[in-house]
Amino acid sequence: MTNPAQTIQPAMELRGVSVNFGSVRALQDIDIKVYPGEVHCLLGDNGAGKSTLIKVLSGVHRPSKGEIFVDGRQVAFRSPRDAQDLGVATVFQDLGMISLMSITRNFFLGREPTRSRLPFSRFDKERANTIARQAMADIGIDVRDPTQAVGTLSGGERQSVAIARAVHFGAKVLILDEPTSALGVHQAAMVLKFIIEARMRGLAVIFISHNIHHAYPVGDTFTLLNRGRNRGTYAKSEISRDEVISIMSGGEDLKAVEAEIAGLLAQIGNRPSAAP
Amino acid sequence: MAAVEDKAIPSEVPVKGRFGMTSKRAAGTDERLASTGRLTQWLRRPEAGAAGGLIATIIIFALLPGASNLYSLQGSMTFLTLAAELGIIATAAALLIIAGEFDLSVGSMVGFAGVVIGLTVKYWGLPLWGGIACAFAVAILTGYVNGLIVVKTRLPSFIVTLASLYILRGLSIGITRAVTGRTQIPYILDGAPDPATAGLFNGHLFTGFFHWMGTQGWIATRTDGIPFVVGIPMSIVWWLGLTALAGYVLTQTKYGNWIFATGGDLNAARNVGVPVDRVKIALFIYTACAATLLATIQVMEAGSADTTRGLLKEFEAIIAAVIGGVLLTGGYGTVYGVLFGALIFGLVQMGIFYTGIDTDWFKVFLGIVILMAVLVNNYIRLKALGRGGGK
Repeated sequence: MTNPAQTIQPAMELRGVSVNFGSVRALQDIDIKVYPGEVHCLLGDNGAGKSTLIKVLSGVHRPSKGEIFVDGRQVAFRSPRDAQDLGVATVFQDLGMISLMSITRNFFLGREPTRSRLPFSRFDKERANTIARQAMADIGIDVRDPTQAVGTLSGGERQSVAIARAVHFGAKVLILDEPTSALGVHQAAMVLKFIIEARMRGLAVIFISHNIHHAYPVGDTFTLLNRGRNRGTYAKSEISRDEVISIMSGGEDLKAVEAEIAGLLAQIGNRPSAAP
Repeated sequence: MAAVEDKAIPSEVPVKGRFGMTSKRAAGTDERLASTGRLTQWLRRPEAGAAGGLIATIIIFALLPGASNLYSLQGSMTFLTLAAELGIIATAAALLIIAGEFDLSVGSMVGFAGVVIGLTVKYWGLPLWGGIACAFAVAILTGYVNGLIVVKTRLPSFIVTLASLYILRGLSIGITRAVTGRTQIPYILDGAPDPATAGLFNGHLFTGFFHWMGTQGWIATRTDGIPFVVGIPMSIVWWLGLTALAGYVLTQTKYGNWIFATGGDLNAARNVGVPVDRVKIALFIYTACAATLLATIQVMEAGSADTTRGLLKEFEAIIAAVIGGVLLTGGYGTVYGVLFGALIFGLVQMGIFYTGIDTDWFKVFLGIVILMAVLVNNYIRLKALGRGGGK
């Protein structure tokens, strides 16, 4: 696994980013560097600040403090479209797909290929269908019929359309918000494969998850969030799966929970069903 | 987007993925795609329900007494004209509903635009085209204000345009009575002889052809040899033209994509860069302009403006759209279905008249048709999503 040398410029970087909602400090002083060809996992329990961080990365929220850099240049996103135009594409949990519209129409929404620059020129549907199908095939998905409604697709398939769209439109940084959380084992495996595929194309992938079993196999770097703070960024070689779990859940908390459960089990331990 | 242009498009679609996942199918066939018959595919089209309803309505009235009058050339032109006048505003209403908004001020806009033409021509002495231009300017402003309020406040357009409904109707009556002392403006065309402009809205197409058919004895003529139907009324031409244009924009251009997306999922559309606010405002303006077109046609035909014109037209427009397969929740529909919806409307209205059924029953019939249309629409939407059950 290529752990990028420090001489390579990060595809995206946050420096000292904080976000406050009134008196609530959702994020405090976050520093993150994401390199091309790297899967950077953002891990954290519920309430750790993952969602807020994604919204900062994708241009939905503006940080209260701190700086964002894309390809070494400082940027200020006014909208998600701003971020996309700079090559930062986000696949949100709700995917931003319109279920009554076809795969192709969703794929090209906002960037429709037209036959000319005239105001009412035709949306080139044949070309769009071919491109959409090809873009999906490129990341290893075989679409049945690009004109079918997105609402007819499974969760994993929708995820793949969203990823293919981001990759096709020149994303340099691909942000995936809990892409596997609503999926079954098989479909989650499919999405993880797309993540590796995207990394092999040289994209910087930011993979947000609270599921270490999905994140650990594909991740190169792990940033652990807890209560709005960065609890450390580790290369895969520096940290084991169990250590990640321990830090994510706040270490001692988990031991306390385990002790409590052990106590409970001891109380009911005499029941026959509990005996091995 | 440059990225789109740069990609080469291979002629063969299936491609080996980098993980060795080879597509099993040849281009065009897929064993996972359950074969759907042509009938099923056709039934999945949103206008299928309206087309079926139209055929049923035509058959029902063909079996009733008076059908020969209803389906005569003259009778047909009458119900086609009714359908056209409704269709002009219903098409606009449909686009707006697909984009997720309503305009209840359409009917009042019809009345108000007529009043603007009447007052500017008769009391300001503007030429006819000037009066019509004023009416369209007022329409653009009204649509813009409606749209701007809806977009900026995010209030339901139902409430915002309900306010416009009362304001415009009140202004029509108030201004007209203040200026003329009455609620009607008669003889608008008398002082403004401008046959070219008037003909654009109340003239007829193919008059020569219809006259020729009269001389051949193919169509009924008066004693002086002029046929009862002198040609295709301009209202029908406008209706078909605008339907074709709206249909083209909706299905063939990127703006159509934006309209569907705006009504389908506002946030998703905004996130990918669709200018959802501009889409909505543009459609509010189009709706107001469609109402003004209808008002112009009516003023040219009647030669007068009436402050009560267009009463309840907003609901008729929404009904035609719903019968036509447009989902009230937005994001789905077609303007061709609305064409059928408007036809059903005109046919039933005239059919009840010709068959001698008490016209009081029209509204009962209308209510039943609306209910059936909504049920069919709901079913078709679920079919489109490939589901049997509810979502």
